[in-house]
Amino acid sequence: MNEKFSWLTGGIMLGAVFLVAVWLIKPVGVSTQFVIVDGIVWNILSPELITESDGVNQSYSSTNAYLNKGGGKYASNVINPLNYGFIFVLSMVLGAVLSGILSKNKISKNDKFSPKVWRDKFGTSSLKRYIYVFVAGFLVLFGARLAGGCTSGHMMSGMMQTSLSGFLFAAGAFGTAIPISILLFKSKKQ
Amino acid sequence: MEIILAIILGIAFGFALDRAQANNPQKIINMLRLKDFHLMKVILFAIGFSSLFLFILLALNIIDTGHLTVKPLYSGVIIGGAILGIGFAIGGYCPGTGVVAAARGRKDALVFILGGLAGAFVYMLIFGSIQESALFNKIAGGAVSIAETNPEKFSALIDNVPALIIAGPIAVLFMGIAFLLPGVKEEA
Repeated sequence: MNEKFSWLTGGIMLGAVFLVAVWLIKPVGVSTQFVIVDGIVWNILSPELITESDGVNQSYSSTNAYLNKGGGKYASNVINPLNYGFIFVLSMVLGAVLSGILSKNKISKNDKFSPKVWRDKFGTSSLKRYIYVFVAGFLVLFGARLAGGCTSGHMMSGMMQTSLSGFLFAAGAFGTAIPISILLFKSKKQ
Repeated sequence: MEIILAIILGIAFGFALDRAQANNPQKIINMLRLKDFHLMKVILFAIGFSSLFLFILLALNIIDTGHLTVKPLYSGVIIGGAILGIGFAIGGYCPGTGVVAAARGRKDALVFILGGLAGAFVYMLIFGSIQESALFNKIAGGAVSIAETNPEKFSALIDNVPALIIAGPIAVLFMGIAFLLPGVKEEA
């Protein structure tokens, strides 16, 4: 048996997860949890960030407008992170670790620092890769928060429900990602 | 109960993303360069497959429409998507696949996550000053889908036709494109 999924098996497996999630609970999302982690750290460093409210309209409120929005939903999740969304993302880590343990395909040492397509163009310096990939992470999460979701929440879960926002988010994302990656990784030989 | 489901579904999602190689930046970047359509086939099929069964189960009243969440549409969705796309192209990771790649020991994915935490943090800091801006002006009424999902909460572009008749062909189209896109020969 091939360990790596064919595109069809991969598509069915991922599709099944998205379907079962919305069937039993709600659509899958990931990028919100980056805000929750930030909020947890921030609240440890300055405990006055989030305070308990009257409990009538909202349970927790925050001096930060983003954590306070929507009735302090994020603020509550920072205080009580053991909820569906956060545990889901932590469990994703577990699933991938499990897949790795059960797999004979090990990631090569070089690949752990940067993919080959990157090394072919930008060389083997891991520091250079780290600087670029930090900026990449910054842009991805900043963009996802502005958009209100990422590839899982907006694109996969959104397009599954035929959300207009999912389609236009995907158009925006691939609209920049495709031309930029073609230009950025253009091989030198051509 | 929700927590147990979160654990089971999260493990399944992480496992499937890894086995589908969605957490391999080589595969992502070569998909974006239109050199390797494996992941595009995976994504399109996953969307089509889940969508078809979602609307069938909705039509049969098996799935509670209250579980659906149609996210609002505003100009920030497209601009945010475009900003995300830049990082997606440079890094070869998105939030979910970055987490799953770091879990497999990819060091650059770990740095990606740190960058992501910084990006989300800066967004938290500036949100207060942009929340009243035109970035958040609703487009087409905000939370709108093409096929009808939950008329009490969300509007639909086509609301006088049964949802499955609209969503079904879209889903089949997605799956069809997944089949038609060229595959790649198995790497040795």
